[in-house]
Amino acid sequence: HLATSLPLPSERDHFRPRIDLIVFMIDIKSKYSLRNVEASLAHVDASFFLGKVCFLVTGVGRVNACSIETNAVCKLGETYCSPVLFCELELEGIRVVTAQRLLRMLQICAGHIPGVSALSFVSLMRNSDDD
Amino acid sequence: ENGDPQRTAFLLRKAWTLYSVTPLYRFHRARLRDYARLLSAFIAAEKQKGLAVEVGVELDIKVAVSSLADLRGSEQDQAAVLVQLSMRSRASSRNSEDKLVWSGWFCSVYGDDLSENVPEDFTCLPLFLTHGAESYTSMVGSWFQKTFDCCFRRLAISPLNLCWMVAMWAGCQLDRAASAVELVFSMPRLSQPLDISYAIHPEDAKALWDTVQKTPGEITQEEVDVFMDCLYAHFHRHFKIHLSAAKLVKVSTAVASAHCDGIVKILHNQYLLGVLMLLTELAISQIQ
Repeated sequence: HLATSLPLPSERDHFRPRIDLIVFMIDIKSKYSLRNVEASLAHVDASFFLGKVCFLVTGVGRVNACSIETNAVCKLGETYCSPVLFCELELEGIRVVTAQRLLRMLQICAGHIPGVSALSFVSLMRNSDDD
Repeated sequence: ENGDPQRTAFLLRKAWTLYSVTPLYRFHRARLRDYARLLSAFIAAEKQKGLAVEVGVELDIKVAVSSLADLRGSEQDQAAVLVQLSMRSRASSRNSEDKLVWSGWFCSVYGDDLSENVPEDFTCLPLFLTHGAESYTSMVGSWFQKTFDCCFRRLAISPLNLCWMVAMWAGCQLDRAASAVELVFSMPRLSQPLDISYAIHPEDAKALWDTVQKTPGEITQEEVDVFMDCLYAHFHRHFKIHLSAAKLVKVSTAVASAHCDGIVKILHNQYLLGVLMLLTELAISQIQ
């Protein structure tokens, strides 16, 4: 399911299946996309931040078209205890690999992989700095 | 201190194309005259090969290479080096003046980050600015690359860096009436190219920056973000367009203007070194 921002329209609430993973897409060429994501985060229930949220930064291939500081995105990931993935959608190889990663994460979040839950992502987020 | 404003006057109000240059190997300031002769011979040879731009009347290209002692940031910086190509038409040789056809200069303003880590035989002048035909830039560049084993790359300026520039320069104190602060955005994903030009009264822009900046002389990314967000919000209120989703391609203030393709124009002598310091930093980060 794709949405340009949150919250999702409430009219469809009872038709909506359970949400297992939220991927926030940020286009490094658009400051607006970062602000949009920041505003949408406020509408997400706290329980999602236990491994069911991830940030996907796109357009990283074009360094000279950067409108967002990468530090700002990494800080967002830290603040919300969620992984930040970087990719370049214009390159097919990277697009495919990224889709596979997201699919894998979704399988884990949906509980399809025995022995691994979304909470695993949270513990993986901890840096070696913290130890 | 900018030194004698007369000598740097030629730098102002010209559109300079920017390049980053890796350190020059065994460049000797005492041999500038020799270099001028060698470069002149090289250009003449290139023209023989038919790679030159001029056709018709035979033209001599005269090369001058000079040192600009005052054009540097600190004592650690190398003084700037200026290369000028002039044309003298052989036809009317009597009292015709040489016509300047191309200028290029290497400089470093507070480029310590680079020069600190470089071995003895290297001269660090990471920023190269050119004005004139691309064919001459290419010839001069080739000669320097072959002679000093260095590498030139066009210096592009990202929207992120353009935001820093407009925030810094809009906040500059200027004596005379200043020109408007202008930002040009390119709208993405349209079949026809569409640019939006957003012009702000310079006093309004400075007033806004003054409310945002906390410590005079210091600028943080947060402050630049707040400044830009205010401009975006104001525009959205009036036109319902999110400029933050577009690509910032050019900024223009009374101090200087800069284009994302790496073209700058410095308009005010007072801030010459400040602008060059910022550009030196960009050049160095492209090299490293």
